[in-house]
Amino acid sequence: MEKISKVLLLGSGALKIGEAGEFDYSGSQAIKAMKDEGIETILINPNIATVQTSEGVADKIYYLPVTPYFVEQVIKKEQPQGILLAFGGQTALNCGVELYRTGILEKYNLKVLGTPVQAIMDTEDRELFNRKLDEIDVKTIKSHAVENLEDAVAAAKELGYPVIIRAAYALGGLGSGFCNNEEELVKLAEKSFTFSPQVLVEKSLKGWKEIEFEVVRDKYDNCITVCNMENFDPLGIHTGESIVVAPCQTLTNSELHKLREIAIRIVRHIGIVGECNVQYAFDTESEDYRVIEINARLSRSSALASKATGYPLAFVAAKIGLGYGLFELKNSATGTTPAFMEPSCDYIVCKMPRWDLSKFQGVSREIGSSMKSVGEIMSIGRTFEEVIQKGIRMIGQGAHGFVANKEIVVNDIDKALRQPTDNRIFVISKAFNAGYTVDQIHELTKIDKWFLDKLYNIIITGKELMALNSTDELSYDLLKIAKRQGFSDFQIARLVLKELTAQDSDKGLLEIRKYRKSLGILPVVKQIDTLAGEYPAKINYLYLSYSGDKHDIEFADDKKSIIVLGSGAYRIGSSVEFDWCSVNALTTIQKCGWRGVMINYNPETVSTDYDMCDRLYFDELTFERVLDIHDLENPHGMVVSVGGQIPNNLALKLDANGINILGTQAKFIDNAEDRHKFSSMLDRLEIDQPKWKELSTMSDVYEFVDKVGFPVLVRPSYVLSGAAMNVCSNKVELEQFLNLAANVSKKHPVVVTEFLQNAKEIEFDAVADKGNVIAYAISEHIEFAGVHSGDATIQFPPQKLYVETARRIKKISRKIAEALQITGPFNIQFLAKENDIKVIECNLRASRSFPFVSKVLKINLIELATKAMIGEPYEVPHKSAFDLDYVGIKASQFSFARLLKADPVLGVDMASTGEVGCLGDDTNEAILKSMLSVGYRVPQKNILLSTGDAKNKADLLAAAKMLADKGYSLFATGGSWKYLVENNIPATRVYWPTEPSMEPQAMDMLTNKQIDMVVNIPKNLTQEELENGYKVRRAAVDFNIPLITNARLASAFINAFCNVPLESIQIKSWDEYK
Amino acid sequence: MQSVKKAKLVLENGLEFQGFSFGFDQPACGEVVFSTAMVGYPESLTDPSYSGQILCVTYPIIGNYGVPADEVENGISKYFESDKIQVKALVISDYSFNYSHWNAAKSLDQWLKENKIPGIFGIDTRELTKVLRNNGSMMGKIVQEDCNAELACVNPNVVNQVDQVSCKEVIRYNEGRGKKVVLLDCGVKNSILRTLTQKDVEVIRVPWNHNFNEMEYDGLIISNGPGNPDFCTEAVENIKAAMGNDKPVFGICMGNQLLGKAAGAKTEKLKFGHRTQNQPVRRVGTTTCYITTQNHGYALDAATLGADWEPMFENLNDGSNEGIRHKSKPFFSIQFQPDGVEFLFDEFIKML
Repeated sequence: MEKISKVLLLGSGALKIGEAGEFDYSGSQAIKAMKDEGIETILINPNIATVQTSEGVADKIYYLPVTPYFVEQVIKKEQPQGILLAFGGQTALNCGVELYRTGILEKYNLKVLGTPVQAIMDTEDRELFNRKLDEIDVKTIKSHAVENLEDAVAAAKELGYPVIIRAAYALGGLGSGFCNNEEELVKLAEKSFTFSPQVLVEKSLKGWKEIEFEVVRDKYDNCITVCNMENFDPLGIHTGESIVVAPCQTLTNSELHKLREIAIRIVRHIGIVGECNVQYAFDTESEDYRVIEINARLSRSSALASKATGYPLAFVAAKIGLGYGLFELKNSATGTTPAFMEPSCDYIVCKMPRWDLSKFQGVSREIGSSMKSVGEIMSIGRTFEEVIQKGIRMIGQGAHGFVANKEIVVNDIDKALRQPTDNRIFVISKAFNAGYTVDQIHELTKIDKWFLDKLYNIIITGKELMALNSTDELSYDLLKIAKRQGFSDFQIARLVLKELTAQDSDKGLLEIRKYRKSLGILPVVKQIDTLAGEYPAKINYLYLSYSGDKHDIEFADDKKSIIVLGSGAYRIGSSVEFDWCSVNALTTIQKCGWRGVMINYNPETVSTDYDMCDRLYFDELTFERVLDIHDLENPHGMVVSVGGQIPNNLALKLDANGINILGTQAKFIDNAEDRHKFSSMLDRLEIDQPKWKELSTMSDVYEFVDKVGFPVLVRPSYVLSGAAMNVCSNKVELEQFLNLAANVSKKHPVVVTEFLQNAKEIEFDAVADKGNVIAYAISEHIEFAGVHSGDATIQFPPQKLYVETARRIKKISRKIAEALQITGPFNIQFLAKENDIKVIECNLRASRSFPFVSKVLKINLIELATKAMIGEPYEVPHKSAFDLDYVGIKASQFSFARLLKADPVLGVDMASTGEVGCLGDDTNEAILKSMLSVGYRVPQKNILLSTGDAKNKADLLAAAKMLADKGYSLFATGGSWKYLVENNIPATRVYWPTEPSMEPQAMDMLTNKQIDMVVNIPKNLTQEELENGYKVRRAAVDFNIPLITNARLASAFINAFCNVPLESIQIKSWDEYK
Repeated sequence: MQSVKKAKLVLENGLEFQGFSFGFDQPACGEVVFSTAMVGYPESLTDPSYSGQILCVTYPIIGNYGVPADEVENGISKYFESDKIQVKALVISDYSFNYSHWNAAKSLDQWLKENKIPGIFGIDTRELTKVLRNNGSMMGKIVQEDCNAELACVNPNVVNQVDQVSCKEVIRYNEGRGKKVVLLDCGVKNSILRTLTQKDVEVIRVPWNHNFNEMEYDGLIISNGPGNPDFCTEAVENIKAAMGNDKPVFGICMGNQLLGKAAGAKTEKLKFGHRTQNQPVRRVGTTTCYITTQNHGYALDAATLGADWEPMFENLNDGSNEGIRHKSKPFFSIQFQPDGVEFLFDEFIKML
């Protein structure tokens, strides 16, 4: 083995759809593997909220864009001997391939650890890939290009019906379709040839099963398949959008061995050294198959496979990259047997995607071949019914399982089954209730009947429960079956104790719980050990199930453990930052001599890596399950303030049931969460807040609006469709929103809040102990209030805040901390106009910006908060943000490109999927680094401007002048053009799509890629105005042209790239900022 | 829910596991063993190596893809490992009453009924596995709730199981095609027969105690088989005699133990055996490893091998012997199933 002492690891940057937290997990594992060997690790990843970019993980961290330019600069400076490309998703892989192609890897004599770049390229290029697999007689999906009818018929015959035919070079699917036989083919092909001289004939794999294998190969050619997985949804739905189970459920021994053998053959032939994912389409009527694609790197599926089996794929892959053989490594689950093994599961896992489509204006809800989900969960159990019901609860979208939910409205069930949306699983439930049979649903969805039969079992049990009216009628056997099928106590309560549950959901649930315990029906804790119990396991990777009699583990009952509740599925507004908080809380708990127990179910996280804690319960964060685990563990207490809103919402209930909540008391958490209580407290403390009122009639709404004036922020408590919040600028909009989107009534009141324009938004992240603030960080938004704090660009320490404002904010925060007797982390959001300060909201938990401010300040606020909560001694930090000689900028990552038709505009609802945080010697440098990190590019030449209302136009004038002076060519639409010219800034006028007779058209310039950057500021937030620029904004996203829709951010970015040349950007690691 | 009868599994040490009856409604007794293979119940249940045993499958959801119709090709069943269900009973956690698969002909429940084999589901199979892991395989019985029948329990390890599953007369495959290979049937799995008959050799399948030395042949394969190798003295004597003529010998599973005994080594009972599809095995002295399927309760003690012999494969989990070979003569054997190492058949045939 060649001696390597320093390696460079490329991260995946900000979380985005298709590339999320799983790469924090794989990167962290790779770093662990390197440290294990005493190798120094250099990490490039601008995602400041990750665990891998934390102190004590990588040795040196660069918060820089993962692009060839910056990576080369770091290589030049650090001179590593090896580079790891497989642990940072497609971002790292693409960057690595580029570095290889341009000869940079060779130039710096950098050894690629693991799969060679040429092998990666063979898998990435469709044609190369097909050719490579042809060499070993492995079938791939191929199209035959034909130019006449006879050839089309011959091609179809060779491929076998059904086939798809497509007219080549025709947009929008003209002349495409399915043909089940020759007759249909002839008919359609004749039509297709009228559109195009060439027609592509492809085998139709519609309705085939989708199967995945995770394969590992070492340099000695030893191969193992660690996990196989089956999609619940048939081919046609992206695997990231599918419900997935592991191991495969409907394949026979011979089928699985066939696919396993092929997977190994492929991996050997391609020359993988490390980990690889192989995706298959698999016929439902024979053993026929096609390879869809392979990923020669760690992937979402490999993270899932690691969590599904307990086999640490990324760790092993990293070690193999260093030259180890699989047989030389140990299986970390047993500690005695080798890593050359194929795990055997004695449970089933189910992955379900989490969508947040309601956050986006105009997006299509249909799910299909492109990924739209923003997070995922994994449930573990011993029946399919159990995992699917657990999983439905885990995705956290208000459902309690497969049955006993609020009825959804489906106009056309047939259509909804045929064309799946993010609601698919609930449509199936609805269809069963409407009398559809398994066969009918199968015909419409092509979901394997095995899955549907199991779902139908749940329906049957649901009906049996529904027929009962009290616990006296509920037999032991039925209750036991229901629990084995994953029914929650709440579901059972809703079905049996109908009235009681309708009045008070917790009462019903607790009554069922009491009754169930009296019958001795209790969940058991089982271990995930990679060997299905064949050998004793050392790991504490656990789940709960009702299919079992005995626990696998023993409980110490010594009150020496502390349970930390994790963050659940990543969603818009809650993602990797809470994983960082959870991991840091666990680490602190362990450092202080306690046992740390984690509950979480998100397979993309580091907190669910079983060696991060003493015990990992990979299970639900529901009231019921947390009580179950608490009953068994009997811990000292529970931390509910580091996992975001899910644990925070449980605080009051847990407290009421005798659980020791560590940190701020539950009643104070409630005082901050309850709008009325919080507001009256602020009044009492004489702290200003925007005027608001909860109203239940339209006339009350008008009366209130007359008082505060437009615009107002409207938050309905019951949403029919669309966004949950909206800003209304006039009466028409207000009426439209409240009539169309929401419902105003006594039962469903609406909260109307005065909306301050051109106000600064300020974040106060802090830690308090018994009401005393012990550390804090004040940061300011670049954008004015109105952009959700999760989408805003945040600057820390603040550079443009009056000292007086900061002083007042501190004072108010101290008052609040004292009034709520806060112990632990908290966050307050302020509005400031001049020195006038209002409190918008207060969360008595860690906030999204905790990792960012902690890392910029170099004070770990979570460590401090955890010590305060568990009553361990700590040192009050003396450093203040004003001492810092550098600036941090947190910028948001949007995934609009994935969300077809969504309007890429920012508003009061959060839309970003991730973030980065970069450091710079001044604001400009930090802004530039962070904007480049979230995918912006410094424009070459042409910039398109539509600068919004008068205020925004004025705000952008200086920036526009700067661009013109720098030699950029400006193009502008009507009013913006006029304004520029009037102010002596040269610009060319371009026209809106609504002015079709005029030239040049803005849209043409975008589609012809003549524009390098688009600044498009919506005039106001009215629907009309939003639609006006929609086409331009959408085109910018679809053609991958950097787009900015906020005037203040646009100014900041323009300022940055006009004043800071790329070459002058400092290549400094985190520890060099002192 | 389907109406089901309660049943229980009672172990020799008195432990009871409650569950529900499926398959044939009649008590059964046998040595309880567990298998961690996640798929392949039609193959496992018909595997002669499970003769006399109650099989506990650790994968919890069983019956998903039903059972295929028994098609026979070239005189060998296409989907099953033998012509009947070999286990005494089946123990699982969750039974899929409805199956779904294109080549399924019946449900697992129906197949068990037809073969008069009881099943029990709803068992904490993980707990049972741990009991067997910690205490070793033991006898047990399955009793349905209204059943009063007395059971005559026979420990399969005190009976010659090989004799029960071996063929009773000589059967020839591929007659006249190439060299002649004697297949000593100690309970051969059909998958071995299928692989072997695809090669260009004539296969002469003989009963386990048949004196094949009187026959005209070019090489010997000793098959897999159930139970304790100590019962197969006649076979060992015949193998010893065969080794005298230097014709190639290839032992598989039980064949490894019998060849070892013929070479003078001893066998021992493993605590709970190897019954999985994921046993890691390394070819001794190389960096080449295989994931193998295994099903055996006894193993060869490699330390007792004579000086002319050496270990060929070893188990990476527990270090037990997984194969031996003669240092100079064409005799070798493996303790695992040959799927995935089919090249060994070719190596053997080349020696003929």
